[in-house]
Amino acid sequence: MGLRACLSANIRIFLWLPTLLFLIYFFFYPLTRILNLTFSPATFTNPNNLLITRNSLLFTFYQATLSTLLTFLLGIPSAILFSRFDFRGKSLLRALTAVPFMLPTVVVASSFNALFGNHGWLNVERLTFNVSPFLLILAAHVFYNTTIVIRIVGNALSRLDPKLEQAARSLGADTFRVWKNVTLPLLRPSLLAAALLVFMFDFTSFGVILLLGGSNFSTLEVEIYIRALKLPNLPLAAMLSVIQLLFTLIFSILYTRATNQVTAQTAPRFAAARPPKSLREKTFVLTFYLLLVTFFALPLLSLPLRSLTRLDADRGQRGEVQYGFTTDYYKELFINRRGSLFYVPPIEAAKNSLGYAGITVLLSLTLGYPAAYALAKPTRLEKFLDPLIMLPLGASAVMLGLGFILSFGRALASPWFVPIAHTLIALPFVIRTLQPALASIPERLRQAASTLGASPFRVWQTVDFPILSRATLSAATFAFTVSLGEFGATLLLTRPEYPTIPIAIQRFLAQPGGLNFGQAMAMATLLMVLTTLAILVIEKLRLSDSGEF
Amino acid sequence: MKRFTFYFLLFTLLLSACTPKPAEPQTVTVITHDSFAIGEETIKAFEAENNAKVVFLQGGDAGSLLNQAVLTKDAPLADVLFGVDNTFLSRALEADIFEAYESPALADIPADFKLDPSNRALPVDYGDVCINYDKKYFADNNLPAPQTLGDLAMPEYRGLLVVENPATSSPGLAFLLATRAYYGDGYLDYWKRLKENGVVIVDSWETAYYTNFSGSSGRGPQPIVVSYGTSPAAEVIFASPPIDDAPTASSLGPGTCFRQIEFVGILKNGQNKPLAQKFVDFMLSQKFQEDMPLNMFVYPVNQTAKLPDVFVKYAQVTDQPAAMSPDEIASNRDAWIEAWTEAMK
Repeated sequence: MGLRACLSANIRIFLWLPTLLFLIYFFFYPLTRILNLTFSPATFTNPNNLLITRNSLLFTFYQATLSTLLTFLLGIPSAILFSRFDFRGKSLLRALTAVPFMLPTVVVASSFNALFGNHGWLNVERLTFNVSPFLLILAAHVFYNTTIVIRIVGNALSRLDPKLEQAARSLGADTFRVWKNVTLPLLRPSLLAAALLVFMFDFTSFGVILLLGGSNFSTLEVEIYIRALKLPNLPLAAMLSVIQLLFTLIFSILYTRATNQVTAQTAPRFAAARPPKSLREKTFVLTFYLLLVTFFALPLLSLPLRSLTRLDADRGQRGEVQYGFTTDYYKELFINRRGSLFYVPPIEAAKNSLGYAGITVLLSLTLGYPAAYALAKPTRLEKFLDPLIMLPLGASAVMLGLGFILSFGRALASPWFVPIAHTLIALPFVIRTLQPALASIPERLRQAASTLGASPFRVWQTVDFPILSRATLSAATFAFTVSLGEFGATLLLTRPEYPTIPIAIQRFLAQPGGLNFGQAMAMATLLMVLTTLAILVIEKLRLSDSGEF
Repeated sequence: MKRFTFYFLLFTLLLSACTPKPAEPQTVTVITHDSFAIGEETIKAFEAENNAKVVFLQGGDAGSLLNQAVLTKDAPLADVLFGVDNTFLSRALEADIFEAYESPALADIPADFKLDPSNRALPVDYGDVCINYDKKYFADNNLPAPQTLGDLAMPEYRGLLVVENPATSSPGLAFLLATRAYYGDGYLDYWKRLKENGVVIVDSWETAYYTNFSGSSGRGPQPIVVSYGTSPAAEVIFASPPIDDAPTASSLGPGTCFRQIEFVGILKNGQNKPLAQKFVDFMLSQKFQEDMPLNMFVYPVNQTAKLPDVFVKYAQVTDQPAAMSPDEIASNRDAWIEAWTEAMK
């Protein structure tokens, strides 16, 4: 082993170190403490515990598999739509598909209700509630997670070298064969990455199941929550969370193996999207355009509509419900009517949310970049460490929260723990988005630049950066949106003086009355507008970026 | 030059030692459930009076609050814990997280509320979990509003009731306890009748009230919901534009409502006991108790506290709440919830 190799091995350790230390201190340590306290092998011998475990495990797998399949059914064509074709309102539609990911479940349910409910816009008699809860769960999972497929697969699709497909076509392959033999194999890593993330989210689904499933359905995560906090059986909760962690670890290992086998042939020059030409293409674009608008925009638009509508005019008196236009709910947001101690003006909540999101982006990019560099050319050590990064996605938020309380005690009162918890969840996204882009940079380009006398920084600037800017923006968007929508389930402990928008929404919803509901809808609209704007800005940045190269 | 700096520093040091400096305010940390709210003026008054700073932490609902307190018994997160109710009281006392404190303010509180004779948990407020109904629905359909638990299982109320899952929601649990108190061992049969009658079960009060209930802003499909006796008053207070009659009402038949009493306690091994005691006194005092109703929609336990007008007018209190001792609840709660979950599958 030469000096150079030895040096680079040491540097690799340093690349890993920040992420590893972060995970050890903020993930493994608190989790070990709580499991240490509550886990006992005796739990396995209790038949009742085993029955609960078996049932929730079966249901978790069943619904996650179905949800993932359905999400792909909508997600893949949408990814093609966004990466291959240009059409009017594209960036807005793309941003809209990303918004549900950030909205609290309670708000989504209310907006579905505002649209389909008894007194809803469509006035379809009890549509939402005649549908079986199970179908609602699946629909909600698709609603939430399609954006993951669009982002990951769409990103890979537009990074594919169009010459490959053109070559296949000129050799006489039809569209189907081009897909089967060229595009699909090249997309495999990103398809797997997307499938894994979607499956993982469905596997650990919590709010959706709790909210829409009633008392009949429970996933592992829901069961852990109930056993840890409601029917106190911490040993069972500990056993279930260990099982959930093990499965997450297995998925991560499978995933790492699969992705390391294939390195996509990609180009820094992006396959340009173009307007649809043939009739077939036009039909495809129109069909999915309408489908996405109906599925995403309609429920989302019902929110701002509802926040400007008064339904309460003649309640308590006789007669029909009347719809009226009102800006009361927005005005009311700025009035501290009860002189309440924890009243926070919405602008402050928005600032808190944006601040936390900003710190999360910085923190997760700072930690994620070096780790993704190391992972791009994995050695044996990294192949072993790699799956560990995904574990926070599979850890029960409740158990982790209890671990935090045990480990950090009164220090938890610091508002810094919020972005730290968000970073734990955002980090896997960031690393998984950066890693394929980094791996796709041909080493000989770097070598050529160095040979021609470029400094390491200049190499990075001229070779790495153009390829990475797009992936970086993608990663930053993920981190940003994860942070904005996170509902504080990760931390059981909050400082009421620093609420985020989701927490402010929950506060309004926790008390009865038309003004409270209206303000919750107004805040949710604010969250929606904020995230849509953020995504649009990033899209714009991305487009002007790609124009340069 | 150096010498000048030295003297200057010495001078300022002496000067600062001579001027009477106000003592650093002491801090008392109070952990509460997420529904806790109080007026800013009220807390400021306490802080000014005691040269103190009150730091609030919120730790989820009453159940998770208690679990966290038990887990961190040796190094508590706060000095004072507020929000354990009578359904959790026995567990809190068994886990021995509180220190006994005989507050002088207890003198103004009726004995009915003092469920812990050792005064480790002191009553602060109470409220009833009751059946609420949409007045308009029943008027439009010429149907009498349900008044008893038995009514809810009648065919004319088929599919009209939404309840919260007792495993995940505190009003849901309170309603289950009310049915257990009323029907005794036959409570599961009653629930089976409710199931046949199309009862809708959801995870939380928020979903039940805002997504399923037709009487409030969500305009959902069910006109009967398990909520609080004070909800009709809240509907009036938070109406836009103002209304002069509540759109909903509570059914107050014997045994249909379950009374929740919330307690405060000083955590063992806390950091500032004298100030913690003062804060507990303050929570039981007239000033705090009068500010509470409109912030949390609960009733004060202190008999000297005056109720706000809107409470007197629209909030309803039953004179026959379901009765059950904290010990009975503590020893059976989990079994009842498990049995209920099994029965409603």
